[in-house]
Amino acid sequence: MNTLDETTNEILELAAAHFHVPREQLSATDDFFKKLGINSLQALDLLTRLERHFHIELPDYELRDVSDFRTLAERIQSRL
Amino acid sequence: MKSFRGKTLSWQIRDGAIELLLDRAPCNEIGLETLGELEKFASALETLETEAHALIVSSARREGFSAGADLRELYERSRPLGATERVAGVRDFLERIHRVMDALDRAPLVTIAAVHGVTFGGGFELALVCDLIIADKMARFCFPELRLGLIPGFGGIPRLKRDVGNAMVRDLLLTGRSIHATKAQSVGLVSQVVAEGDALEVARTTAAQIGKFDRGTTIAAKRFIKPLPRDELRREIELFCQLFTRPAVEASLKKFVESREALPYLP
Repeated sequence: MNTLDETTNEILELAAAHFHVPREQLSATDDFFKKLGINSLQALDLLTRLERHFHIELPDYELRDVSDFRTLAERIQSRL
Repeated sequence: MKSFRGKTLSWQIRDGAIELLLDRAPCNEIGLETLGELEKFASALETLETEAHALIVSSARREGFSAGADLRELYERSRPLGATERVAGVRDFLERIHRVMDALDRAPLVTIAAVHGVTFGGGFELALVCDLIIADKMARFCFPELRLGLIPGFGGIPRLKRDVGNAMVRDLLLTGRSIHATKAQSVGLVSQVVAEGDALEVARTTAAQIGKFDRGTTIAAKRFIKPLPRDELRREIELFCQLFTRPAVEASLKKFVESREALPYLP
């Protein structure tokens, strides 16, 4: 099973590729709304991509207070 | 009218299938203007269906199929009204949208929703009217109405109950969570999950296949398999209107419309 660091890294790789942001500009503690410049609909798009990538279901209400990549990784990690 | 281009949608006949394309920014929110054009389509359907064997409903909006009812318009229109007038206005809207949905539901041709992205609330209800749902793998389905103190009002609950088990109905309604296309397929809501951007093309291929069968048999089979849940549809309108009068609903609508939260679409 992935470590939390590995999960975080995979999220950062996926977000960088999909939202066309250089990977080196993203870090675990970044606010992904600000750093990726995304709105709530795009956040749902990111959620779908993450669910498909990790083969999990992550209820969207679990993301209500989540805005940084590391906490997002923790939520995903708990479903792996 | 064989083809039409309005402010919120358009239609045309292509290779024996009617293609109804939703196109209202930002994500096909269904308000009075869309309702008026859907009514126009429902009226035209009687003529169109003599020249086509299938109907494909899809969206031109990048964000998705439809984010559902236009809550901003609902809030702005009902805010200055008294309680009685407010419910009367909502009831009129619901009666009209139900007539459109029912006409699509029982139309004597095979109906296919080709969906992608956000397919929420009234948008999900429009997809549920169709005989088949073909979903882009990035599609998400959700009934977020309970967070507003309401239930789905465009016929969504009876139609969802018609298609899936009651446990899934409760999960979607009571949590208000959204599910991805693969999950929706696993519970029997979605007929095919396809690659990103391919839903409309796959719907066209499916419509072409359906066109090979005897039309009369197809219609007879559809009528046998897919009865209209009339009583429950009526009860849904009554329950929606009953809930809509509560002050908590106005407060929830106000909060949603004025929200600056990063995730207003999350339950």
